[in-house]
Amino acid sequence: MFYREAGQFKTSYAADSAILPIRQDRIFIIALLLFAFVAVPGLASDYLLSGILIPFLVLSLAALGLNLLTGYAGQLSLGSAAFMAVGAYATYNFMLRVPGMPLLLALVLGGLSAALVGVLFGLPSLRIKGFYLAVATLAAQFLVEWVFTKFPWFSNDSSSGVISSPVLSVFGITLDTPAEKYLLTLAIVALMALAAKNMVRSSLGRAWMAIRDMDVAAEVIGIRMLRTKLLAFAISSFYCGVAGALYAFVFLGTVDAQAFDLNRSFQILFMIIIGGVGSILGAFLGAAFIVLLPVLLNLAGQLLHGAVSSQFMSNLEMMIFGALIIFFLAVEPLGLARLWQISKEKLRLWPFPH
Amino acid sequence: MNPQHKTGDVILAAENISLSFGGVKALTDISLDVREHELLSIIGPNGAGKSSMLNVINGVYHPQQGQVTWRGKPRGAIHPHEAARMGIARTFQNIALFKGMSVLDNIMTGRNLKMHANFLQQALWWGRAQREEMAQREKVEQIIDFLEIQAIRKTPVGRLPYGLQKRVELARAIAAEPTLLLLDEPMAGMNVEEKQDMCRFILDINDAFGTTIVLIEHDMGVVMDISDRVIVLDYGKKIGDGTPHDVRNNPDVIAAYLGTRH
Amino acid sequence: MDWLFFTEVLVGGLLAGVMYSLVALGFVLIYKASGVFNFAQGAMVLFAALTFVSIQAMGVPFWLTFFITLVIMVALGLAIERVVLRPMVNQPPISLFMATIGLAFFLEGLAQMLWGADVHGLNLGFNDEPFDVGGVFISSFDVFAAAICAVLVGSLALFFNKTRLGRALRAVADDHQAAMSVGIPLKQIWAIVWGVAGFVALVCGLLWGSRLGVQFALTLVVLKALPVLILGGFTSVPGAIIGGLIIGAGEKLAEVYLGPILSGGIENWFPYVLALLFLLVRPEGLFGEKHIERV
Repeated sequence: MFYREAGQFKTSYAADSAILPIRQDRIFIIALLLFAFVAVPGLASDYLLSGILIPFLVLSLAALGLNLLTGYAGQLSLGSAAFMAVGAYATYNFMLRVPGMPLLLALVLGGLSAALVGVLFGLPSLRIKGFYLAVATLAAQFLVEWVFTKFPWFSNDSSSGVISSPVLSVFGITLDTPAEKYLLTLAIVALMALAAKNMVRSSLGRAWMAIRDMDVAAEVIGIRMLRTKLLAFAISSFYCGVAGALYAFVFLGTVDAQAFDLNRSFQILFMIIIGGVGSILGAFLGAAFIVLLPVLLNLAGQLLHGAVSSQFMSNLEMMIFGALIIFFLAVEPLGLARLWQISKEKLRLWPFPH
Repeated sequence: MNPQHKTGDVILAAENISLSFGGVKALTDISLDVREHELLSIIGPNGAGKSSMLNVINGVYHPQQGQVTWRGKPRGAIHPHEAARMGIARTFQNIALFKGMSVLDNIMTGRNLKMHANFLQQALWWGRAQREEMAQREKVEQIIDFLEIQAIRKTPVGRLPYGLQKRVELARAIAAEPTLLLLDEPMAGMNVEEKQDMCRFILDINDAFGTTIVLIEHDMGVVMDISDRVIVLDYGKKIGDGTPHDVRNNPDVIAAYLGTRH
Repeated sequence: MDWLFFTEVLVGGLLAGVMYSLVALGFVLIYKASGVFNFAQGAMVLFAALTFVSIQAMGVPFWLTFFITLVIMVALGLAIERVVLRPMVNQPPISLFMATIGLAFFLEGLAQMLWGADVHGLNLGFNDEPFDVGGVFISSFDVFAAAICAVLVGSLALFFNKTRLGRALRAVADDHQAAMSVGIPLKQIWAIVWGVAGFVALVCGLLWGSRLGVQFALTLVVLKALPVLILGGFTSVPGAIIGGLIIGAGEKLAEVYLGPILSGGIENWFPYVLALLFLLVRPEGLFGEKHIERV
């Protein structure tokens, strides 16, 4: 009875195609953003900020990027981490080699570099589909990993290949507390999520979904395959690239090719499967789930006072992830986002059953 | 119907088209032309090459021999999206809607060619992107009214019954405001009432917008009633071409349908 | 150029390629019969090898261990078919593929939970001494593996082409519904295929395990087999063999001749790039059929 749209009439097409057409949703999201921007930095502990919230936000951004490509445009990629790595190393090198390079500009340039590499590896998508394309994106994964480990130029000739990130500052303010870093990440992720939502509700998003659902019909309607697919690869890789740079600079504090291996790519893929393929909200739900599950398992392990080994817990974690992936694909292919939607529909009717 | 009054010049001419897949001949030396504003039906038994002909016209298949001329200019091997730009739209025999999208979004994709905002403007939902979105939404709402599908505009197409899906597919095709509309069995599997509705829509599109229509249909009653001209294919060859009356009395056509020869 | 050395590298590469073919074969088998691209093949190989060495470590003799492991692997295959694939029967192939990635994680976790994560040696009772053929040294283990592979491929080819069951399998691969309508029991067929896949995983696990040691890295053999599949096509047994040979030889030659120029470590990505370049020229793969899209 609190979640009812009776009495809310739309009088223009603009109102009808707003991101959140229902008033209660608007109030909810504004409250959530206020909470995240104002209350959380003051209330949350440093561990919560740097250990959970920052990785959650950064990985949400990467999942968002993959969801644009895989969930909306229907092109399965197993190489998200490669594009994250390109973003991280490019941002690092722009800041290192261009004196006075501001952080935000370096992030954008890093994202653009990832986009460029994304387009390069997106080219085969014009001739091959499905598994073949998925396997082709593995080429990106291995090639990029190899380039960054084998050519020390990218890591400024440091002997270990691992480099610590430079001092972060935005508009002259140095960011060194977890709360400041969290706010930077949150602002970037919120803006990019809004941009993603806008893209998927306009003609570009419809063109992506058309290609995903039935490519021949999409072409017959006048959608150019080449342009649309490559744009999906470029934009998706831009998102992954920015996420990679944030992951390295804001979360890890180092730039290390090992952080962007095949398992990271799978992790991002699992986020969108669990969260919801083809849903902006799903990227966040999936990332939250995958970031929190190991933390919760760890807590459970501590409660058992060493009755189980950490080895056991990490194996259990793998099994749970695997089982969940199968469960969601078989039972609820649209993931947590769909479950959320269903519960909202239930809430609309509450307290009546129909 | 009085074809003399409404039919204009030839807009599309196919000359000596032959198409085969591996060793299987789908079309053999077929020539046909389509005149502006007419409602042309292509009939023939299953496997006669009707759908293949539509696929050649809008660039999905490329014939091994022959060429297609569009408004007097030879076209060469084109992509389907180029055909769409020329003003050719179509529906498919097996419904080819975008299953994951709502009715409204499906029809909106039909207007993608009319939208020119770049992706940055779209990402910001600003200026041209927003104006275009609203303007095209209004056009789409007109089509929704025209085809009487107001109540289902927000429904995902996958949940609609078959007859309505066919109607949404028609809506998506005419959203592009095509010069030439290719309809591949739009009434297959429909009951009498649905067929009547669909006939009315097809005739209205032809009359009101002057859209040239090429129709593939198995229901002879419908074909003979609404067509200006009928072309008959059999085993990938053209065996008849003329007014419904002529075709009905053509001995080759009768033979193909009743099987007195072969 | 030292031709003798070149030949040695080439032969070594071809023989290593046979090992890739063997893994690729497991994929082709399942893909042909059920249209599933089983990413968990590598995890099944690990599972088989770990199970084998762990049972053997209890003092069980070789052939009995082999038999017990075989029973376990076939049971595992049947369980996968029942629990994972049957509930997903009408999903698009790409969803099934992603489900097998989940399955891979599950099996890797399970295998290590049951048998531990230590590296085990595996001895098939075979001395790997290189022998000399006209100045070219060839690893006898590689030849042995190639022979096993040849026997396996030969018997699978016979099975597919000559037996009633094999024909039913091919019919199922061609068109599920048509096969069902002529009375082929789909569920049984799939169960049999997954059982056979369990067997192939065991053979792979033993050969690769005795080569690399039984350890987590065994799951990575799946990554070696993927370019082979791209090259040979997902449905072709000869494609898997030839593809494996090309990738094996290409990889070794590149490692020896190109590696030093590119500062080494190229074996992870080179097969992929090779397969990808090939694919751009011929999207249907070596032996795949050109697909005609019907609308």
